[in-house]
Amino acid sequence: MSEFRERIEAAIPALRRYARALTRDAETADDIVQDTLVRALRSEHLFHGGDMRAWLYTILTNLNRNRLRTLARRPVVTPIKDTDATASGPDSGGRDIVRALEMLTEEQRSALLLVVLESLTYREVSEVQGVPIGTVMSRLARARNEIKAYLDGERPALRRVK
Amino acid sequence: MHDRDHVSEEELNAYVDNELPADRRSIVEAWLSTHPEDAARVAAWRKQAELLCQRFGHLEYETPPPRFGLDRLIRRRLGALTAVAASLAAFLIGAAAGWTAHGVQAEKPSDLVRFTNDALLAYRLYTVEVRHPVEVPGDERPHLVQWLSKRVGSPLNPPELDKQGLKLVGGRLLPGPTGPSAFFMYENPAGERFTLYCGRVKDSQTALRYTTGGQNAAYYWVDRNLAYVLSGPMETAKLREIAQAAYDQIDRRMPQG
Repeated sequence: MSEFRERIEAAIPALRRYARALTRDAETADDIVQDTLVRALRSEHLFHGGDMRAWLYTILTNLNRNRLRTLARRPVVTPIKDTDATASGPDSGGRDIVRALEMLTEEQRSALLLVVLESLTYREVSEVQGVPIGTVMSRLARARNEIKAYLDGERPALRRVK
Repeated sequence: MHDRDHVSEEELNAYVDNELPADRRSIVEAWLSTHPEDAARVAAWRKQAELLCQRFGHLEYETPPPRFGLDRLIRRRLGALTAVAASLAAFLIGAAAGWTAHGVQAEKPSDLVRFTNDALLAYRLYTVEVRHPVEVPGDERPHLVQWLSKRVGSPLNPPELDKQGLKLVGGRLLPGPTGPSAFFMYENPAGERFTLYCGRVKDSQTALRYTTGGQNAAYYWVDRNLAYVLSGPMETAKLREIAQAAYDQIDRRMPQG
């Protein structure tokens, strides 16, 4: 197996973790990971060294954004499923960290998960999201405040739907 | 910085994420010892991270299911683009039962079925022709492309399949399910023929679908409101390679989204 493929293979568990947290749905998450891998394998010629992980996270983040855009265009109500029942445990006083993620915008969620769950640096996240580091930092700060407010039991503010 | 000892919210975040230079780190730590509210926020943020890792961290140690085997994805990467593996049975009942695709906006069953049927009919009808397989020969490519693009109503650009050993024999105009369709024929040195059938549809894009009919098989996909059917002898590996090459070339002309 080529080094390129070995590195892709090594990234799969982390990609699944990120996708699961990003979509909160096991099936959707694995579909996106699979599409990410297919796209990466097809684009081997476009990868000129560099940070493989950041590249894969970029593909995955973009695919998820495209998916949400498609969903937004369709006049279908898609319930956000939480397929993993063990999540709704009482470990956070009845308000669950997974539900808290739903309070965030897609950009905030992605920034927070890449830093907290995937241990990417601010610079890497700014590359994945294609925005300046300052934007990443304000997304993080807002994400953490939203989650804290939610877990503290405040009523969620109305979300602006883009 | 007006006040060197003032700590901003973003710095508190950077502190939690180990993104602060050492000199600012000690200043933030001093600040936290005298600002209990900020210290509580920092503790809450760390707790959030802990909850997220508890909740999702196990996936890092889970062996990925077989669907993520790279050899499998490479071997079946055409199929991997869609959640539906089209089989002959699905093809036959497709019109009645409809198609479902998880996470993929499924096209109307009729387009897939009608286009594939027409394309396979045209394939069978014209590939056996020795003297008149096409209306305009491949060595008049610019004229052929211009003419068919005009009649179909979309700019067409038949893929170059030289790397797959295929030469463009030429093309013709055919009646199609939604209007005029373009039909391009390719041939390899062994005399095997492959055809690309193409017409306008309402859907903007779908993944590749594999179908078989009799001795022949076809791959169907939609790109920028054009449905494509690549047909050939039912030699799965070769047909897949050619379809993938055609799909990639047409896909690459699209602005990446």
